[in-house]
Amino acid sequence: MITLTLKELPSVPLEAEVLSPDVTAGLSNDAIRALPVYLGKRQRRIDDFFDVDGSSSDQITIQGDAARVKWIGRAMTRGHIRITGNTGMHLGAYMSGGTIEVSGNGADWVGAEMSGGLIRIDGNAGGQIGAAYRGSSTGMRDGTILIGGSAGLEVGMRMKRGVIAIGGPVRDFAGLQMKGGTIILASGAELRTGAWMMRGTIISLRPLPLMPTFAYAATYLPDVLRIYAAYLRGLGFTLPFDQQQGAYQRYTGDTSVPGKGEILIWNPRGA
Amino acid sequence: MLRITGGKVYDPANGVDGVIQDICIDQGRIVASAEGGRTIDARGMLVFPGGVDVHTHVAGGALNFARGLVPENQRAARKFLHGKDRRAGLGGMTPTTFATGYLYAGMGWTTVNEAAVPVLTAKHTHEELHDTPIVDKSCLLLMANNEMVLDLLEAGEIERARHVVAWLIWAAKVYGVKAVNPGGVAAWKWGKNASALHETFEGYQSLTPAKIIAGLAQIVDELQLPHPLHLHCNNLGVPGNVATTVETMQVLEGRRAHLAHLQFHAYGGDGWSNMHSEAAAVADAFNRHTNLTCDAGAVLFGDAVTITADGPWQHLLYQLTGRKWGNLDVENETGCGIVPYVYKDRSLVNAVQWAVGLELMLLITDPWRVFLTTDHPNGGCFWRYPEIVQLLMDVEFRKEQVRRLPEAAQQRIVLGDLDRQYSLFEIAIITSAGPARALGLSNKGHLGIGADADIAIYPEQPDPDGFLFSYPRYVLKDGEIVVEEGEVIGGSEGREFIVRPQFDAGIEAYIRPLFQQIYTISFDNYPVALERLRHPEQVTLPSKPA
Repeated sequence: MITLTLKELPSVPLEAEVLSPDVTAGLSNDAIRALPVYLGKRQRRIDDFFDVDGSSSDQITIQGDAARVKWIGRAMTRGHIRITGNTGMHLGAYMSGGTIEVSGNGADWVGAEMSGGLIRIDGNAGGQIGAAYRGSSTGMRDGTILIGGSAGLEVGMRMKRGVIAIGGPVRDFAGLQMKGGTIILASGAELRTGAWMMRGTIISLRPLPLMPTFAYAATYLPDVLRIYAAYLRGLGFTLPFDQQQGAYQRYTGDTSVPGKGEILIWNPRGA
Repeated sequence: MLRITGGKVYDPANGVDGVIQDICIDQGRIVASAEGGRTIDARGMLVFPGGVDVHTHVAGGALNFARGLVPENQRAARKFLHGKDRRAGLGGMTPTTFATGYLYAGMGWTTVNEAAVPVLTAKHTHEELHDTPIVDKSCLLLMANNEMVLDLLEAGEIERARHVVAWLIWAAKVYGVKAVNPGGVAAWKWGKNASALHETFEGYQSLTPAKIIAGLAQIVDELQLPHPLHLHCNNLGVPGNVATTVETMQVLEGRRAHLAHLQFHAYGGDGWSNMHSEAAAVADAFNRHTNLTCDAGAVLFGDAVTITADGPWQHLLYQLTGRKWGNLDVENETGCGIVPYVYKDRSLVNAVQWAVGLELMLLITDPWRVFLTTDHPNGGCFWRYPEIVQLLMDVEFRKEQVRRLPEAAQQRIVLGDLDRQYSLFEIAIITSAGPARALGLSNKGHLGIGADADIAIYPEQPDPDGFLFSYPRYVLKDGEIVVEEGEVIGGSEGREFIVRPQFDAGIEAYIRPLFQQIYTISFDNYPVALERLRHPEQVTLPSKPA
């Protein structure tokens, strides 16, 4: 186990893609202390900013308000990062395996272009979660992202596979140009959800303002949701799947692209 | 003072073919003898004149638009970190300005010709060329869809057109004239193209692409510009365009011209399903037209970004790829289209394109008339030139690559039957001596007394991880060592070659009112002031028009 304790909030964002289990797994305490980070354009050492305990481990704990520490867990393939506090942008971007858990808030670009692994943030997150970076054709390719609180714009933009589940309210353009995968919105979203979506599923447990390019298809309980519900229950996230309680209204779109995606909106019995 | 001793020198312009001899340098020039100063021991190395790229796109509005359109490429690109001798930058498909200079010099190329500049964005182009270090630069002005010029050609006022062209050349501070899809870009503004050489196109009553080509070639010859008309023929990339290309050569009879990226103009068939190589037919016609030079515009498999003033073609390519497309309108002068593209060896069309570029270089018999380019970044990036050199020099390597192509593709090309191998002497011609001569740069592309000391020194045995020309051991630019032990160690800013053709001083009175009527900017803001160029070098022209 490696424990990093932030000494103070850096004055400008700190780029710290070395904070990854793949990097620390084989390093001594001294070597971890000497890892390079960038404060603006200046190269500095990890121990300029963190107290470092432990060595040679793929289990990392980061303590303190790391809201200005970017790129934690970048491209990690294994291991575990636990952050007690907040984290900066690009958490777990390009990751393909392992787990990241954050007790505080995340920022923009959580799990951007990730292809595997699990990211769980208890607090709020920013925009572009699991999204494609600007210009890229494909965002998240697989894996799971769970956000307890709210999220910003363009959640799951161009995602192709995997699951994003968000407990709190989400802003505009969730599932923008989505190509596959599943986004679950426990508290709904603001405008233009699923704009330009080609394939994939957006599930909202609250009513959504739908674009006119989505057409009502059916009210039903698709069997596949039973599998999702079981998977998410294991992660502590409840997806209703009980015909005594209600059913999902299915809307297809975005017909302006034209796409074959779907938005499922939970319709409780008696509502 | 500097001496290079013991290297095998390849200097085709002076008939030197692999002779071990010393080269002496003083004050940036090659001299007969030099005493004192540093000596570079080049034993076991090949000494070449610095490479000259006759057709590339490295600066200006269109290229910058392309850089913005492909941030995903920039993220994956090679990074150049800021250092004592170097500015920061990114390599990749569309390198940033500083990186462009480092990448060219790092490969042994020391002169580049930016092949497409509209007058309206010439200032931007010169700013970027200034920030492209080490290499010397020149650029060509887009003329074949300029409405002022076309209107004069339509009216048959060739003499006044000549004055306008000359005025525009000096206004933009450029080196020569480029024609892209003559008439086609003007027609594109109505959503049309100009695909028949002898038929009129949208917006004009009697003017045809053939008349534009003939008119501009005549004007360039009359102005005695050092570089002939640089022509991107009509119907680029279209199956069956071999007919247009051969017809264009007939239109150009009796005139000098340079046919750009000929690979994209040598296809047979009448659709994508039966497109095949017509390199043999194009090379045959080209071999007979000794008034012409060309560059290959070769394609390499992998990522590319296509950038051209040929707007209608780019729209077609966008419809084929279905991904990104950028389209620019440059007022009354030209247009531009950008489409990121991946050449795949499993694609029959791409495999044919790959083969055609190599076939042309092998089938055109005179190496002094065909030059190595990829039409960077259209067919592949310039920093991949050493791969093409390898393909030209090693027939077994080449045939191995051909055998990997899909069976159906192999039946559409003739590359597998060609056994010609380029010698080092010929490589020095197509990469340096030939393009320098075609550009009319008498101090470039050779190692004779008085030449600019632009020299690339390559190890005779390539690094195991590279091709023969990938990593020069030393590169000299104007006698200064800019690459040492394979590392770029800085260097000067490089010059810009420009020409000042003669024009009637009264022509401005003709252009000004017309300009004020049809352009969105003020006439006085149009020309590029000479002071804007940091290191201009005016190449002198004969005193009177022919």
